Amino acid sequence: MGEVKLFFGPNHPGMHGNFSVHMYVEGDTVVRARPLPGFLHRGFEKLMERRLWYQNLALIPRICVPEPDINEVCYAMAIEKIAKIEVPERAQWIRMIVLELARIASHLMSFPGIGGSLGLYTGPFWGTADRDRVLDIFESLTGARVYHMYIVPGGVRKDLTPSIQKSIKETLDYIESRLPDYENLIFKNRIVHTRLKKIALLDRETALELGITGVGLRATGVPYDIRKVDPYLFYDKVEFEVPTATDGDAFSRVYLKFLEISQSIKIIRQALEKMPEGKVNVRISDGNALRYRVPKGQAYVHVESTRGEYGYYMVSDGGEKPYRVAVRGASYPQTFIGIEKYLPGTRIEDVPIWLSTMDVCAPEVDR
Amino acid sequence: MNKKSSLPEKDFFAPIKAWKFLFKKPVTIKVPYVKREASERYRGFHINDWDKCIGCGTCAKICPTDAIKMVEVEDLPQVYGEKPQRPVIDYGRCSFCAMCVDICTTGSLKMTREYVHISPDPEDFIFAPTEKGIHGVDNIPVGWTRDDDSELLELERVGMEMLEGEERVKSFMEYVKGYSKEQAIHEAARCVECAICTDRCPEHMRIPEYIKSIWKDDLNEGLNWLLKGDENNNMIGANPFSAVCGRVCTHRCEEACSIGNRGEAVAIRWLKRYIVDNVPSYEEIINFTPQKKDKKVAIVGSGPAGLSAAYFLATMGYEVEVFEALNKPGGVMRYGIPSYRLPDEALDKDISLIQALGVKIHVGVSVGKDISLQKLKEQFDAVFVSTGFTLGRSTNVPGTEHQDVIQALPLLREIRDFLRGGGPKPKIPKSLVVIGGGNVAMDVARSMARLQKMEYGTVDVKVTCLERSFEEMPADMEEIEEGTEEGVEFYPGWGPVRIMIDDDKVKGVELKKCLEVFDENNRFNPKFNEKEKLYLDADMVVEAIGQAPDYSYLPEEIKEQLEFARGRLVTNEFRQTSIKWLFAGGDIVHGPDIIHGVADGYWAARGIDDYLTKEEK
Repeated sequence: MGEVKLFFGPNHPGMHGNFSVHMYVEGDTVVRARPLPGFLHRGFEKLMERRLWYQNLALIPRICVPEPDINEVCYAMAIEKIAKIEVPERAQWIRMIVLELARIASHLMSFPGIGGSLGLYTGPFWGTADRDRVLDIFESLTGARVYHMYIVPGGVRKDLTPSIQKSIKETLDYIESRLPDYENLIFKNRIVHTRLKKIALLDRETALELGITGVGLRATGVPYDIRKVDPYLFYDKVEFEVPTATDGDAFSRVYLKFLEISQSIKIIRQALEKMPEGKVNVRISDGNALRYRVPKGQAYVHVESTRGEYGYYMVSDGGEKPYRVAVRGASYPQTFIGIEKYLPGTRIEDVPIWLSTMDVCAPEVDR
Repeated sequence: MNKKSSLPEKDFFAPIKAWKFLFKKPVTIKVPYVKREASERYRGFHINDWDKCIGCGTCAKICPTDAIKMVEVEDLPQVYGEKPQRPVIDYGRCSFCAMCVDICTTGSLKMTREYVHISPDPEDFIFAPTEKGIHGVDNIPVGWTRDDDSELLELERVGMEMLEGEERVKSFMEYVKGYSKEQAIHEAARCVECAICTDRCPEHMRIPEYIKSIWKDDLNEGLNWLLKGDENNNMIGANPFSAVCGRVCTHRCEEACSIGNRGEAVAIRWLKRYIVDNVPSYEEIINFTPQKKDKKVAIVGSGPAGLSAAYFLATMGYEVEVFEALNKPGGVMRYGIPSYRLPDEALDKDISLIQALGVKIHVGVSVGKDISLQKLKEQFDAVFVSTGFTLGRSTNVPGTEHQDVIQALPLLREIRDFLRGGGPKPKIPKSLVVIGGGNVAMDVARSMARLQKMEYGTVDVKVTCLERSFEEMPADMEEIEEGTEEGVEFYPGWGPVRIMIDDDKVKGVELKKCLEVFDENNRFNPKFNEKEKLYLDADMVVEAIGQAPDYSYLPEEIKEQLEFARGRLVTNEFRQTSIKWLFAGGDIVHGPDIIHGVADGYWAARGIDDYLTKEEK
């Protein structure tokens, strides 16, 4: 049988976002695979050079839809690092709460979402409904459900009121109570085991070679988590564990995400307790937001996103706009080199599992 | 991690567990039958309070998606410090970031909790928000509003360093120190470039432009904006008296400043001063290469209006000669305003540029006495008169004819001449009463306080006026505050009855309580309580209750052809009187301050240019 070319995405229910893979298959096995980015290219990095420091806050969340806050916090932390600004403690704790809530929201879409690729649709339904509860918190805290534009250079835009704290606690309790249901539904499911165990394998050497981080690397037994390796905000002041696995297969990756939710809940609860009263932001520059200037300098900041190490490299020439911002998309290595190098040999039906469990994220690649 | 390598065991009861979900309430809601209320901070569609909104356009400037356009609204009333435009928002572009709300200079713009809008017409998604929101309903629940945490403006002004009252009263040294570079850049960063100040300034100075130059630390460009204005538009906005106005302008611009709605207005006057004080010299930066014209213009009076007209005419290439009756050019800037507010060096800096342009200034030549107006008309192609208000008004109460009851303007002139070593020492009384509540009265009081301090070591100056409170007094509040710091006492709300004279010496002033200054028609018509009296001791009394023009230099036949209204000359918008070759400006046309004079000079220069070019054809 000859080689057949198949297009996977951008219009395909199994595809994550506007991204495409050209597969050359023989029978059911992929012989060659070529990733095809560019469907979502808006030139985020270039656009940032054309906007004022403050205006960029409306643009950057769009680089990652399910977890926009990592962009905001990276952008803010990079500016603060260049301008040597001390952010009020309360703001840092609030940022941590927002980041962990975003992690929960993103994971709630992602790990039950694997059901979508397997025909187990209850998972995505539950996940989406429960994620909405987190979005409700975002709505009351930041004024928007998806693109929060809440973490700004110098702090956060509004204070975390006691009533919002209360609803955060309630939501955490609720999500915690739902976790056994998820475990029952997904991780004790024979179909899931059959379809995910020993599938889309990635060994430790390969992961390290490609620069894969996040659950992809942790599933191979490397406890690499920026929150522990290079703690930012107050991650060094809270207790949590970094779950790891040794199998390096699709199942471990999904299951690690599930385990991380409990850890995030733990972090948020500690943050709510340890958070002091006080100011939630400081000015980053003279004057009004139209005339903010960041001193000359450069900085790289990175945070642990749901997909791995997410970073911003920023250069300022002292002007009213960034000179250059480069984004390290967390899923960049596995999306490009990963697909090209490690998909060959995989069966067609396992391709979506790779894309899904390796968290291919189109805007991160097309930034 | 699940350590089991084998599949999970089959559970017979597992399917039954799913039954419990049958009795749970659904997590979805039935839209549109059930309405979901958005959160308190929700960033939904906008509302805008049109009564509060001033059309400054700051929302449009911060908008990251360019969704906001400022659109002129025709039936909007023209209000002081406002622009007749309102924001129109395109919801096809809006990203609902609420930066427009956080930076709104008035706080008129807010976001609501409304988030549903359905229409087949795309035009319906572009609208100018009012208080009724996108659906035109009342009492829309408000969502995201600005608060101190989300504030994007800098509301506090950079403080100006000044000498303390005790210290500054010891000399006539300029007590406002001026901004340093850091302070000026910090202050300049507060501007939002709405240009309401430009509209408000009589000369329409390009204020946002030169403030931006300061912010960019490009003072040469800033000086160009100050002295050349908009070069592509007939130099509109240029002010040859920038060093003067940077110190003593009445700064209408700051009253109009949009930042002043919620905070302190940008210190526009001090920023202007920062530019002129920190450039090395005008001549190195500013050069004009006008095409010489063979027409001559005479200017009578070298005050702000006269010299401004000379400046603008000279930049157009005209040959200009200025006639000044006193010994130095500058008019009120030289002889009226005390040197602690406006030192001679600042004025000389401005005048030297005008002279460098080739303007000839004849000092000590009084038109009407030394040379007649008719003669000027014969020698020159056009004449601009700006002779100012030089006569003082008197209260005419008994005793004012005494030699120690004097007028403010001659006294101020005497003091300034004395200080620059060009005249005798004025009589310095041990105690003084100043009658009047305007800035001239303040100038007299504070100048005399200094002289007393220098002569006797103590200050005894009392100011009294009809106006019953500091707010009512026409003088600037800062003048009153600073005067108080320097030891001047204020007695507002009293009208003079007579000057008390004993043994041919002034002993004081008898005053009666003033109940009302203006009547119901807002006309000057003071009412008094004759029984309530106040006696103030003084060796000398100065009357500073207003000034009047002196038209004695105008020949009768010309006076007859001219039109007057309330003592002022009537002109067209180019300051042309009913006699074609005669233009007029300054206090005798508009008043009351220097910047109005500069504006008169500018428009007269354009009018004269127009008149002379048309005459040629």
